[in-house]
Amino acid sequence: MSGPSIMETLFQRTLEDLIKGIRLQLIGESAFISKAMEEIRKEIKSTDLQTKSIALQKLSYLNSLYFVDMSWAAFHCIECMSSSRFSLKRIGYVAVSQSFDEQTPVLLLITNQLRKDLGSVNEFEAGLALDCLANIATVDLARDLTPEVFTLLGSSKIPVRKKAIGVILRVFEKYPEAVRVCFKRLVENLDSPDSRILSAVVGVFCELASRDPRSYLPLAPEFYRVLVDSKNNWVLIKILKIFTKLAAIEPRVAKRIVEPVCDHMRRTGAKSLMFECIRTVVSSLSEYEIALKLAVSKIRELLVDEDANIKYLGLHALSIIAPKHLWVVLDNQEIVIKSLIDADANIQSESLRLVMAVISRSNVVDISHVLLSYGHKSDPDFCNEIIGSILSACSHNLYEIVMDFDWYVSLLGEMSRIPHCQKGEEIENQLIDIGMRVRDARLELIRVGRSLLIDPALLGNPYLYRILCAAAWVCGEYVEFSTNPPELVEALLQPRTSMLPPLIRAVYLQSVLKILTFCMYSHLQKQSSISFPSSHNLEGVMAECVSRRKTRESSDILTSAQDDVFNPMISENILCEEDIPVETKGENLFFEKNRFSQESIVNLLNAIESALEPLLGTLEVEILERARNVLGLIDLIKQQIPNHLSPEEESFSREASEVWKLIRSMNDAFCEELGPVSFTAQEKIQLPEGLVLEENLRELDSIYGILQPPLNFLPQREERVEELPDSEWRSRDDLEPSNESTSLLVEHRKRHGLYYLPSGVSNDYPLANDPRSGEHDYDENEDLIRLAAQSLAPKKKPNYSKPRPVVVRLEEGEATSHIVSKKPNSKYDLLSGVVQDVLQETNPMESSQKGKEKVSSDVPPGSKENLQDLVDPMGERSGSGKSKHRSHGKERGHKIPKKNDREKDENCERARQKGSHRLGRKKTRQRAEGQTDLHAHTPGQIPDLLL
Amino acid sequence: MIHFVLLVSRQGKVRLTKWYSPYSQKERTKVIRELTGLILTRGLKLCNFVEWRGYKVVYKRYASLYFCMCIDQDDNELEVLEIIHHYVETLDRYFGSVCELDLIFNFHKAYYILDELLLAGELQEPSKKIVARLIAGQDSLVEAAKEEANSISNIIAQATK
Repeated sequence: MSGPSIMETLFQRTLEDLIKGIRLQLIGESAFISKAMEEIRKEIKSTDLQTKSIALQKLSYLNSLYFVDMSWAAFHCIECMSSSRFSLKRIGYVAVSQSFDEQTPVLLLITNQLRKDLGSVNEFEAGLALDCLANIATVDLARDLTPEVFTLLGSSKIPVRKKAIGVILRVFEKYPEAVRVCFKRLVENLDSPDSRILSAVVGVFCELASRDPRSYLPLAPEFYRVLVDSKNNWVLIKILKIFTKLAAIEPRVAKRIVEPVCDHMRRTGAKSLMFECIRTVVSSLSEYEIALKLAVSKIRELLVDEDANIKYLGLHALSIIAPKHLWVVLDNQEIVIKSLIDADANIQSESLRLVMAVISRSNVVDISHVLLSYGHKSDPDFCNEIIGSILSACSHNLYEIVMDFDWYVSLLGEMSRIPHCQKGEEIENQLIDIGMRVRDARLELIRVGRSLLIDPALLGNPYLYRILCAAAWVCGEYVEFSTNPPELVEALLQPRTSMLPPLIRAVYLQSVLKILTFCMYSHLQKQSSISFPSSHNLEGVMAECVSRRKTRESSDILTSAQDDVFNPMISENILCEEDIPVETKGENLFFEKNRFSQESIVNLLNAIESALEPLLGTLEVEILERARNVLGLIDLIKQQIPNHLSPEEESFSREASEVWKLIRSMNDAFCEELGPVSFTAQEKIQLPEGLVLEENLRELDSIYGILQPPLNFLPQREERVEELPDSEWRSRDDLEPSNESTSLLVEHRKRHGLYYLPSGVSNDYPLANDPRSGEHDYDENEDLIRLAAQSLAPKKKPNYSKPRPVVVRLEEGEATSHIVSKKPNSKYDLLSGVVQDVLQETNPMESSQKGKEKVSSDVPPGSKENLQDLVDPMGERSGSGKSKHRSHGKERGHKIPKKNDREKDENCERARQKGSHRLGRKKTRQRAEGQTDLHAHTPGQIPDLLL
Repeated sequence: MIHFVLLVSRQGKVRLTKWYSPYSQKERTKVIRELTGLILTRGLKLCNFVEWRGYKVVYKRYASLYFCMCIDQDDNELEVLEIIHHYVETLDRYFGSVCELDLIFNFHKAYYILDELLLAGELQEPSKKIVARLIAGQDSLVEAAKEEANSISNIIAQATK
């Protein structure tokens, strides 16, 4: 046994050998590593600890840089770590802190070893153990080792004490109860004369305060002393961070620190400290004019700096102040606009954010146009960023800043045509949303939708599909605003729609059905209302004949079926028109131009029929079903129409009545206006009795698992189709021109030559969005600056030709539910709860109030709505905001019970201890108390020193 | 706080990693792949900060090596740049005009030095001199142990002859 072990020791590769071997790369990196791993696996089992440790060292090297799995070696790590020799111990510790996590099964075994090393007289050993604990602390480890860490907090060896302070952060995080033991000693370290200790402890408080500043308000005097006394920039930066948080919630702290912060700002030469001072001022001290003025002048210095870092930070500072003091941004607008064309993408997007911050009703039109024209020329990523921010700025709070929806809708259309626009989904949503909310914008929507649908080139760009889908839906839904419905039908059925994914094509077909219904309805309604034909003259007949001949010449689609179709009475009879009762919405709009003659209807029917017939063989269910629906309807209509067109008009009303009835009921169905749906709509529906929503549906997994393969099949096809780049689209087209589609294509091309390239191979379409060659980039950039500078300046009198149209707005709940509250973390709440307890122990009066506050945070999730009602913008920052966050935290705990089980348990336990006797009270009362208590006791926390 | 530290060569080779926030092995690989793609392609004169997944990554290139640290949104970027520089100076002091090869072959040393500098994602030792002294102290401990080990293995080796 000892034989091979000695041999191994002698001939073992060291870490250096391993590194050299990898660098030599005689057999390739991965092959070498797997060979080395084989060796390591053998060596690590050695009984000789030296051999084992070298193997472990090599393993942790490979793990760290080549991501080789080392979780299997957990036990060997522990063996090395418990060696008495420092060199081996260190290797073991490094391996442990690198590879252990909460799931490591042997984790429990190291508690004792850690305890022993924490208590070691050797400062390096204690340091190793502390380093390790900082990396792998779990709830159990933190709880079991709290006493040792507490002892080290008072250690006379500075390096050890310093590390212990650093570790405290992790211990508190995992085991909040440790605060009761250690907090006092931690605070004492704030008084330490040693700058290193101070730096460590300030770092810890900075981290703690960033999670919940309110709990650390009582320590403000200590922090203040550090702020005034310390000479170390790094310490000052951390202290300023703490004060930024504190000043935001307590105005008296803000008042107190203005002077020292300004002092630092004037005196310091270090940019990092300067920037931190600026950040403190712009985030929390902006009400103090002296400080703000000084900060603004410093920001300007940053902005004109050559260094990209400094400039970026200057812009960043501007974006912090923008919501409160917009004038600062406007003062520096020239630099901001120039930064839009900076070479650095970070600076670009930061300045874009700033431009978006100054956007308002008066300048939104100009800014959007300038940005879009710039977006055309910039790289795709930034272009999409521009589009995205325009979309979100304009749609914010139900299109608050948009005055002219016609303009906005056409802007959306323009965006869709920008090369590499990838915001299809957002544009889709907004097109539909505007359609539902803004009645006055529908006419323009139809216009934009039409121009998008009718252009065959756009169908080649997969990014546009979602937008086309919305356009198709809009055109179907609001067809009554269209000037020429048959043209829409033609656009929706054009041959290249076969490139669309099935689900979007289904939307197209559904829109065809809607338009068809609408046309038929208008047609029949007109007929039935016509009083009569006896007087009908030759003129009408003549006109009809002429028009019929013309159609025949121009269109091959007409089938013989309509040859006997002849309706003399449809003619330009103005009287008829006036007789028509306007029943449907906006009907009169198109009647002037388009009168749904018998002829055009029949043409329409035939066109639809010929376009849809090939679809009957499709495999896509959605398409097949809709195509059949439409064709079925056409069949029905066709059976009836020839009859009632016979010259004997008496028979008309009787015979057509069935079609009439059918069409009318369908039209009624489509006429029903679709409105926006409130986000809270679901909550308003009462839960039916006996329906268990919270029950785990895991049993369904097995069933679903069986179903999955066939379900996956169809969508996969779709995805594949979508991923094809443009060029392949074209080649696909070239490869498989199915017979009927080519003939249709030729047909379509003949009539809409305008949209096709004039010459060349018949199947070669232009790319949807050919990136333009940017020749005069530089000059245009200059233009951009000039133009934008003009438009950014606030115009005093924006003159609007028309008032802002009504935007359908649902109840308040809709808007507020958008606001996503910050992710709360119950762990931190727990932590700050304990911290508050500890800090208040000196003041027994307040501990009873504390309990009440706790109760307020335990409001059951169901009452979330009510809570939100209470939250006013002001309250967000103070008491109620906090209690809201807490209740969210609870909710989360419920949702993911497994992960947070422990936390939740602790949480509940605490709640029980603290104020279970109060839980029975009415919720509203609890909330009210929670709020007033917070306001009542916070003043008490600030010692007089600061006032 | 600092979430992780990465040292990557200009060719995209990872030279050192240290994680202060929990990342699984899979995530680690992904993070490195994403960040090297993001950082190595950036021009020299651009700013040293990259926004990434809601965090900020501060990086600086020294010779052929990129030093990257990932921090929270509201941390001070310039301070972190200074910390990076501080680390580099400490390495320089230890190795004597440090180069990439030093870090390749003394990977673990660079790691120990980093451990003295940062703890739990916070700067814990602002003095270069003291870090050097601490590392020297540990080294002497290790040297002593090594000598001892060598002598033992020598004895055994002789005994088995």
